[in-house]
Amino acid sequence: MSLSAKDKETVKLFWSKVAGKQEDVGSDALCRMMTVYPQTKTYFAHWNDLSSNSPYVRKHGKTVMNGIGEAVKKLDDLDGGLLALSELHAFKLRVDPTNFKILSHNILVVLAIMFPDEFTPVAHVAVDKFLQAVSKALAEKYR
Amino acid sequence: MVEWTDSERTIINGIFANLNYEDIGPKALCRCLIVYPWTQRYFGAFGNLYNADAIMANPLIAAHGTKILHGMDRALKNMDDIKNTYATLSELHSEKLHVDPDNFRLLADCLSIVIAAEMGYEFTPDMQAAWQKFLSVVVSALGRQYH
Repeated sequence: MSLSAKDKETVKLFWSKVAGKQEDVGSDALCRMMTVYPQTKTYFAHWNDLSSNSPYVRKHGKTVMNGIGEAVKKLDDLDGGLLALSELHAFKLRVDPTNFKILSHNILVVLAIMFPDEFTPVAHVAVDKFLQAVSKALAEKYR
Repeated sequence: MVEWTDSERTIINGIFANLNYEDIGPKALCRCLIVYPWTQRYFGAFGNLYNADAIMANPLIAAHGTKILHGMDRALKNMDDIKNTYATLSELHSEKLHVDPDNFRLLADCLSIVIAAEMGYEFTPDMQAAWQKFLSVVVSALGRQYH
């Protein structure tokens, strides 16, 4: 399910709206993920505050969304562009790749909340494909 | 049997009470057919599904979306025994409609996103958690009679 030229254009256009809101989108998505899918909290046992305005969650939300922003810039070669991040997730973080799907869903929920008019079905399918492609690239080095 | 807290019951009933079935149902089904186009396989008799605009303008799809959402009313009224409430519906989807049960999850995800767009920040993480739990039980019950 690779990204067509139209998909890439749609993703870039939609992502320009996310610019400047990385921390809000990222921290809300992480908070929702940990509330709705509590098993994901196992990766954050070292934080004593998992609420959406926790400094840990806000900082990490920004980190994750900045990483995805980097992926938007490297749409034509995600495997190559995300190599370092893939190695990080494979060898150091060892996040089970099922969780990429879970976080992706929660990112989509936040985008729907923040951009109810712009997050049309057409934008949704392009962003969903993009997040799937990013997840695949992130899992590239796992085995 | 699934245990529901009072808070979860209140949240789920509240979401349904404020739902415009004729708006949200069609939006959820259309989004599912557009975002996961392979789901269109079950709608061969529904007319023009050629592109996103055609799907969103299709009155048969809209009617069906509303019907599906009303189908959830039964789960809402029988929250303490959704599994048995949906036994016949599950058999229908398996034996007559031949729907891959993974599709229930796909539609459920689209429904959550449509409701999130509708409710905005009122759809808090705690509300999303209760809602997701409800949908998971519905999805599981619908897949229960497959063999």
